[in-house]
Amino acid sequence: MNTGTAGALAAYLLGLADDELILAHRDSEWTGHAPILEEDIAFSNLALDELGHAGLWYAAHAELLGENPQTRPDELAFLREPADFRNVQMVELPNGDWAFSMLRQYLFDAAEMVRLEALVNSRHKPTAETAAKIRQEERYHLRHTAAWVRRLGLGTEESHRRMQAALEMLFPYAEQLFQPQDGQAGLVDQGYIPSEQATVADWRGRVRQDLEGADLRLPEAAESPAASRAAHSEHLAQLLSEMQVVARSDRGAAW
Amino acid sequence: MSQPSTEQVWEELNRVMDPEIPVVSLVELGIVREVGYEGEQLVVTLTPTFAGCPALEVMKTAVLERMRELGLGSVLLRTVLSPPWTTDWIVPEARRKLKAFGLAPPALHGGDVEILFAEQAACPYCDSDDTVLKNSFGPTPCRAIYFCNSCRQPFEQFKPL
Repeated sequence: MNTGTAGALAAYLLGLADDELILAHRDSEWTGHAPILEEDIAFSNLALDELGHAGLWYAAHAELLGENPQTRPDELAFLREPADFRNVQMVELPNGDWAFSMLRQYLFDAAEMVRLEALVNSRHKPTAETAAKIRQEERYHLRHTAAWVRRLGLGTEESHRRMQAALEMLFPYAEQLFQPQDGQAGLVDQGYIPSEQATVADWRGRVRQDLEGADLRLPEAAESPAASRAAHSEHLAQLLSEMQVVARSDRGAAW
Repeated sequence: MSQPSTEQVWEELNRVMDPEIPVVSLVELGIVREVGYEGEQLVVTLTPTFAGCPALEVMKTAVLERMRELGLGSVLLRTVLSPPWTTDWIVPEARRKLKAFGLAPPALHGGDVEILFAEQAACPYCDSDDTVLKNSFGPTPCRAIYFCNSCRQPFEQFKPL
C-alpha cells in the first residue's frame, strides 16, 4: 500500500473510531439515569462495547501510520482538540429523551452493521479482521435497539409521538454517516472500503422496514447538516471538556 | 536453567483463571491461542473476548506474572483478532464448570450467533427450558440475564458469541 492510500484509509478509520468513542461517551451518560434498571445496565454495556470498538479502530489507524497502537489510541481520545475529531454530528448531540437516545443508537447500529458486512471483505487485512470482530458484538446491539424501536413506536401515544419527533430530528443527521470524505474514492476503487452509495442504499432499505414496522413515518430526504466530518456543533467541545479533563490534568498518570 | 517446554507453559497457563469467572482458565476459554519460542523469547498469543472487556488487561498481567514464576523473564504477549474469539471454543469441561458456578453455558452456534436468538438458555439450577431472557446485557460484557419460570430464580448466561 502506498503512503497516500495508507493515509486515506487511516483517515477513514479515524472517522469510524471517533464515531464509536463519542457515542460511547453519550451512552455512558445514561449510567445511573436510564428509566429502568435493565436499560441502565444495557446502555452501560453498549457504551463499553462501543468504547472497545473505538479502541480497535484507533489501533488499526495508528498502525497504518506507523504509530504505536498501544499508546496512540489514548492520545487520540484524550489529547486532541474538538476541531481534530472526525465523528459525525449525530453522535455528539446531547442525549435528549429516551426515545432520542434509543433511536440514535438504532440508526447508528444499523449503519454500522451494513458497513461492517462490507468491510469484512476489505483488501486491507487488519481492517477486515477488525470488522469481523466487531460485527459479532453488533448483532446484539441491533437486536436490542431494533426491539426497543418497535416497543416505543407501537407503545403508547406518547412513546410514539416522541419516537416520531426523534426520527424527524435524527434522520438528516444520520445521512452524514454516508458522506464520502476526501480521498475515499480511490479506496473504494481499490477494494479497501465499500462505496457510500451502496452502504446508504442498503441502510435505508433496512431501517425503512424496521421503522415502518414500528408505525413510524420516514421523513422526506433532507440535506445532512454538514458534509465534512471536520465540522462540529458546540456540543462536542462540551463533551470533550468533560471526557478529557482527568487525562489532561495529570498526563501520563498510571492507573 | 533450561527453558520450560511449551507443554509446561500450556500447563501453567491453564492455571491462570478468568478474573471475573475464577472457575475456568484462559486456556479452557480459548483465549490463549498459541505458545511458542521465537529464539530465546517466549511468545504467548492471546485473543480478546469482547472488544471492550477490561478483563483482558488483567489477564495479560496475570499471564506475565505466572510466566515470571516459571522463571521466564522475557515474554512477549501478542494479541490477535482473527479468527475472532467465539464461545464455541470453550471446552466441554469448562462448560460444566460454568454451569456449576451458576452461569448457563453458551450453546454452540458454529459461527452464526443469530441462530440462537430464538432459543432460551436452560436454567443452570434446575435444567428447565422454561426460562425467559430479561436482558441481553448483564454485569459483564459476556453475560445475559434470564429468569427461570420453573424454579423462580434469576440466573445469568454466558452469552454466545
